[in-house]
Amino acid sequence: DLELDDPRVTLLDLLRERLHLTGSKKGCDRGQCGACTVLVDGRRINSCLALAVSLDGADILTIEGVAHGEQLHPVQAAFIAHDGFQCGFCTPGQIMSAIGLIKEAQAGNDPERVREGMSGNLCRCGAYAGITEAVLEAEKAMLSAGERVPA
Amino acid sequence: MPDLVLSTSPAHQRHGSSIGQPLTRRDGVLKVTGEARYAADNHPPKLLHAVLAVSTIARGRVTFLDVEAAKRHPGVVEVMTSANRPALAEDPDAKTNPFMFRLDLLQNDEVRYAMQPIAVVIAETLEAATEGVALLAPRYDVQPARVGLDGGESFFPQAVGVGNPGAVHHGDVEAGLKAASKRVEAVYETPTQYHNAMEPHAIVVSWNGDKLSIDTPSQGLGMAVGRVAGLFGLNPANIHIRSPFLGGGFGSKGFIAGPQLLGILAAKLVDRPVKLVLRREHMYGPVGHRAPTRQTLRLGTDNDGGLTALAHHAKTVSSTFDDFFEPAADASHTLYAAPNISTSHEAVRVDTGTPLFMRAPGEATGSIALESAIDEMAIACGMDPLAFRLKNYAEVEPTSGKPFSSKALRACYAQGAERFGWSTRPLQPRQMRDEAGFLVGWGMGTATFPALMFQAEARAVIKRDGFGVMESGAHDMGQGAWTAFAQIAADGLGLDIDAVEFKAGTSDLPDAGIAGGSAHTATVGAAIHNAGAAVIAKLADLATNDEQSPLFGAGNAGVVARDGRLFRRDDEARSESYADILGRAGLAQVEARGNGAMDPAAAEDYAMHAHGAVFAEVKVDPELGQVRVTRMVGAFAAGRIVNPKLVQSQLYGGMIWGASFTLHEAAVMDHRSGRTMNANLAEYQVPVNADVMGLEAIMVDERDPHVNALGIKGVGEIGITGSAGAVANAVWHATGIRVRRFPIRIEDLMLPV
Repeated sequence: DLELDDPRVTLLDLLRERLHLTGSKKGCDRGQCGACTVLVDGRRINSCLALAVSLDGADILTIEGVAHGEQLHPVQAAFIAHDGFQCGFCTPGQIMSAIGLIKEAQAGNDPERVREGMSGNLCRCGAYAGITEAVLEAEKAMLSAGERVPA
Repeated sequence: MPDLVLSTSPAHQRHGSSIGQPLTRRDGVLKVTGEARYAADNHPPKLLHAVLAVSTIARGRVTFLDVEAAKRHPGVVEVMTSANRPALAEDPDAKTNPFMFRLDLLQNDEVRYAMQPIAVVIAETLEAATEGVALLAPRYDVQPARVGLDGGESFFPQAVGVGNPGAVHHGDVEAGLKAASKRVEAVYETPTQYHNAMEPHAIVVSWNGDKLSIDTPSQGLGMAVGRVAGLFGLNPANIHIRSPFLGGGFGSKGFIAGPQLLGILAAKLVDRPVKLVLRREHMYGPVGHRAPTRQTLRLGTDNDGGLTALAHHAKTVSSTFDDFFEPAADASHTLYAAPNISTSHEAVRVDTGTPLFMRAPGEATGSIALESAIDEMAIACGMDPLAFRLKNYAEVEPTSGKPFSSKALRACYAQGAERFGWSTRPLQPRQMRDEAGFLVGWGMGTATFPALMFQAEARAVIKRDGFGVMESGAHDMGQGAWTAFAQIAADGLGLDIDAVEFKAGTSDLPDAGIAGGSAHTATVGAAIHNAGAAVIAKLADLATNDEQSPLFGAGNAGVVARDGRLFRRDDEARSESYADILGRAGLAQVEARGNGAMDPAAAEDYAMHAHGAVFAEVKVDPELGQVRVTRMVGAFAAGRIVNPKLVQSQLYGGMIWGASFTLHEAAVMDHRSGRTMNANLAEYQVPVNADVMGLEAIMVDERDPHVNALGIKGVGEIGITGSAGAVANAVWHATGIRVRRFPIRIEDLMLPV
């Protein structure tokens, strides 16, 4: 349980400034860049636009909780393999958005739909080609891994 | 250049296989797990939060700030204004060299541009500081703002960019134009652009007596230390800046900016550690931008399509209080072999923050105009744009007459055109449609960027356990310095990359100069290479002078360093490991330093540039005028490629910036108020993922024996040049409409159906 003494605190500022979970980044603080993307109850949101007090009891997944120890999440590994980042500042948001997109299962293996579904996450370095490849590959890897798991 | 001689002398040859490998980023795991620590991620104990209050007017004076209201707000600790700002040892308006930019550090109540800092609120929480800023409710004495390219009286700057002459005349362009059988004269406009790195400028700062501990993103740590030392009257040795990762820079973090220095002042005022992070809108004022231009191109050709004259005149703006002039016309110095070339600049002063270097300063801005004009001239001659460029290919640098140190541009044209399928392009516009009925157009542009070098130093160590350390205070703003320099270090030390620890990103390491001008890999790479040569030379001396070494007496034959061993050059059966050499000598380690800088003799004799050719396809909705770039092929020759995976990413990023220049980004100014109307990331449009498809980058083989010992030219900026013009020319080819004001807007392309 977490005591909050100020109703103005956004989820992003709670994570970054009070819990010191600084993986989620602040690029604009008004939902325009996606660098602060996290999953709330499995859905991707811009954490800068959510007041922390409105999320009492919610399940929040940030970039810090994605890998299992040393074992990277398939999306994280694919971002490295396809060089889906340069400066790395937007990367936590891109990865959380990609995990959310794959969960939504709306894009399939269509690069055009992946690009559209990832367009809420700006990358000023222009690593988009690698990001799209990484999302497609990770999705494929997760599907085939899922098939091996008994239902 | 004794260091360069060292590195090529037979006694000190080193072999390695790290350079040229497409390694993934060595900081990759940190970046994908959120563990990479950027400046604003730091939280020293007892930290306070500072937030800037910025001016909502562009010119005038601050007459009132409700400091009491802000201070009454719970959690607010202090409000820093011009009334109580701690004293500085140096006037922020002093300028003793061209790299020293005047700063707004609350030195008075004057406002000289919108978004200028006018106060800083410091509080226990970010929320309280933010609310405190709102409570200041500033009032102003407002004066009319001077805005835009016609906002003031023109003058002709003596110097543009960094000390380039404001005008260059080669031959007689008027005579050349008069003699021409065909002429093109056209005026192109480019907008104000903002770097908009994803990471806003940020600083976390702690004072400890007269010592300063700072986390802040920097493309030039040594210069930042010097600036802070000067302003605060400190010994540079007492200033420690950490900048292991920059969330993008693009030129805006080349110099420490006013807001970062205000963070240091705020910490001093309250005597507690302070974090100051710019809000996105604060990035549209005090941290630099690319100035707008209006460029006039005049070209003439003879009957065979040979250029007889090329005149490039650029008008730009600077601030009322400092000098930076976008060197747009300089793009015409090197590319095309006109016998008569003139470039010139004029400027006006307006109420804006001072413009600054932004990725490919001058080249990007000038290239889009030049490449559009070349396209228009080719069309006037009835020639294919590639054939026209080949007809006017510069075998030597036209304005200087110098030979190129290397120039594989013909190969770039050939390989790019082949890959793109350029040969089937119809000459006339509006000839191609896709299956959906969209107009399809193909355009091209030539890319060029100078191969620059600055100054850098590196320190190399070989330890008794056989491992190596390489240190240089280099900067990774995303280009991949952590990886590329480790590769160069490994080869420089004759070690496997996993046996080398590479240290960078802090100000206590040897000065790596500035990460800019596409020169960082070449400059720091040369320093690393030379430091490696020097330390291997020491090791070789130890071995060849030691009777117990299998290498004894091999001084004249020379040794080769490889895999952590020295081998006798003429007998590889005789070798000894670094560890054994040091062990017997009773030394814990050997170390040496090396420098990287341009060889002035080579620079005197040769013109040094990277080159490229970019081919673009656009599709235009004939009814809506909407443009999409569907394919881009860039072929670039930039000397030795240290890591093709990272270079591909750099080139893609540049090409995307080029497309963005042509189709997306522009700051829109309110001419009544002098304020930017779209100072945010939704309305200042940058490409999103859905805008980017079909990119290909070809790295054309090019060996340059003159630029530096490693033959590196740099790739950070060249991708923009050429690309912007290629997209603009493709839009013409699709539609038959020549748009000369960038970015191209939908309303420019509303076609008669």
